[in-house]
Amino acid sequence: MRILISILRKEFIQIFRNKVMLPFIFIVPIIQMVVLVFAANLEMKEIRFYTVDLDLSETSRKLRYEFSASPFFRDQGTGFSLDEGEEMLLRDKADLVLVFDEGFEEKLRKENHSSIQLLINAINSAKAGLVNAYSEAIIRDFNQDVRLEWLGLPAFEAIENIDVSYSYWYNPELNYKIYMLPAILVILVTIIGMFLTAMNLVREKEMGTAEQINVTPIRKFHFIIGKLLPFWVIALFELAFGLTIGKIFFGLPILGNLALLFGFASIYLMAVLGIGLLLSTFSETQQQVMFLAFFFMLTFVLMSGIFTPVESMPVWAQKVNIVNPFAYFMRVIRMILLKGSGFHDIRHEFVSMFIYAVSILSLSVWRYRKIH
Amino acid sequence: MENPENIIVVNNLVKRYGDFTANDNLCFEVRKGEIFGFLGANGAGKTTAIRILCGLSYPTSGELNVAGFDVYTQRELIKRNIGYMSQKFSLYDDLTIAENIRFYAGIYGLSQKVIKSRTNQLLERLGMEEIRNRLIRDVPLGWKQKLAFSVAVFHNPAVVFLDEPTGGVDPVTRRQFWEMINEAAEEGITVFVTTHYMDEAEYCDRVSIMVDGKIAALDTPQNLKKSYNTNDMNGVFLTLARGD
Repeated sequence: MRILISILRKEFIQIFRNKVMLPFIFIVPIIQMVVLVFAANLEMKEIRFYTVDLDLSETSRKLRYEFSASPFFRDQGTGFSLDEGEEMLLRDKADLVLVFDEGFEEKLRKENHSSIQLLINAINSAKAGLVNAYSEAIIRDFNQDVRLEWLGLPAFEAIENIDVSYSYWYNPELNYKIYMLPAILVILVTIIGMFLTAMNLVREKEMGTAEQINVTPIRKFHFIIGKLLPFWVIALFELAFGLTIGKIFFGLPILGNLALLFGFASIYLMAVLGIGLLLSTFSETQQQVMFLAFFFMLTFVLMSGIFTPVESMPVWAQKVNIVNPFAYFMRVIRMILLKGSGFHDIRHEFVSMFIYAVSILSLSVWRYRKIH
Repeated sequence: MENPENIIVVNNLVKRYGDFTANDNLCFEVRKGEIFGFLGANGAGKTTAIRILCGLSYPTSGELNVAGFDVYTQRELIKRNIGYMSQKFSLYDDLTIAENIRFYAGIYGLSQKVIKSRTNQLLERLGMEEIRNRLIRDVPLGWKQKLAFSVAVFHNPAVVFLDEPTGGVDPVTRRQFWEMINEAAEEGITVFVTTHYMDEAEYCDRVSIMVDGKIAALDTPQNLKKSYNTNDMNGVFLTLARGD
């Protein structure tokens, strides 16, 4: 016990003496959340559109005005040849080009049917999809106006008799931030657990103090607890801090039981710290371990379902997620915070995470050698 | 151990890394309380041997006994009874002098009371009381080396292993450092020291000289100089190292 206290005291002194550490713990979560809330946004504004009007009719002009009037679109001007439109896309001066062919209005009047062309820059496919959806909405509205005005048809099709009404559960306003905030917390807590543990251990190797420790009678078990416990505590603190900030400033809902969340986080962190320890046994320098940790972190994050639902991943990817601690915590934190899930709902994740933590810790303790 | 006066007994120590033999059948004894110099050119296998004796590395074969304990089976008991100071600097840069002492003493299981009083004594002896709260990174190298040595013997080990302890240190500090080594030896701590400096070899009770993984000579400095017919250890070393 005396030995353990000695190690813990030393670790805490070193951690808090490190000038990067305190800002990291307190400022990073705030910055991350602010960035997320005010910058990372799936809603599109300022879609730049350019019109190629070969028809030059009243209708084409009207439709163009509809676009201009929408808060989501910004008019980049009108041209009279398709080449000009393509040029605008190519130079990245427009995200969307509306093309009205010659005879657009005439065809509409005579045949009750006409078409326009939308050219969309689809380098970012998600964005292109949204541009298309927004455009279609405007055109649909315009269609109804046209029906009313010209043809005297009712605005709504009378044959439509199945009334669909939506009600979004657990995130009624479909707020992207609410979905992402818990994920940011998972990332923060993991960075602290995995990166800092791994770097701390490798730093001792680099400085030569690891060797000095290895000639002392200190037990592997003492040393590892002494190394992991501080980061475990700090990461849990970080979770609490992040939740507080999220709740107070960003309206993060906390529907479930916090004790349950912290219980799961404790086990999750053991696994993450274990991974950090394991990575440190494969590295001799902080640079190496950074690369390793970064690689795993990035892979785990992308596969965890942070942006895209795990269920829509291919089967092999879903299988890989069995060893992805991120995926478990990502699911559980959203369930507890947003849905108010109880222990019964997450019991499978709980058991899996527990087995995971025990295995990874055993593996890394076994890999950690005092002798070479 | 046949002779209780021997604190380190090494028989037929071999250490191979693949095809390379770092330690080729070493046999030697170190007597209790002596200062044993372990000399050799760079790459002669000194550090390899010292690391094996400290339990940092496995021998390929051979019988080894340190402080009465077997290197294969009683490693942890050995570690309780030895001190070690490596070429690489081993104190924590971001801890103060007092914190370093407290930490290392703590992991040997000394009580806070003992640590406190011994730390005060030590700092007084070293004349470092006033800078006890200074970070190690702000302490000059010579002082750091003295401190590292003091930390290595803080728990009163039976043997202390010093791996090139005076590298890069000025002559005055080196002199002081050797005074500390002598004091430790007088207190009954056996000193096992590797060095490049031949003048330091003169301070040793006995010296072994390693060449290409083998022990080429082992005797008191006087006897070595006599048998190689030179005035100083430098001559002995050069004769052996060149293989004349």
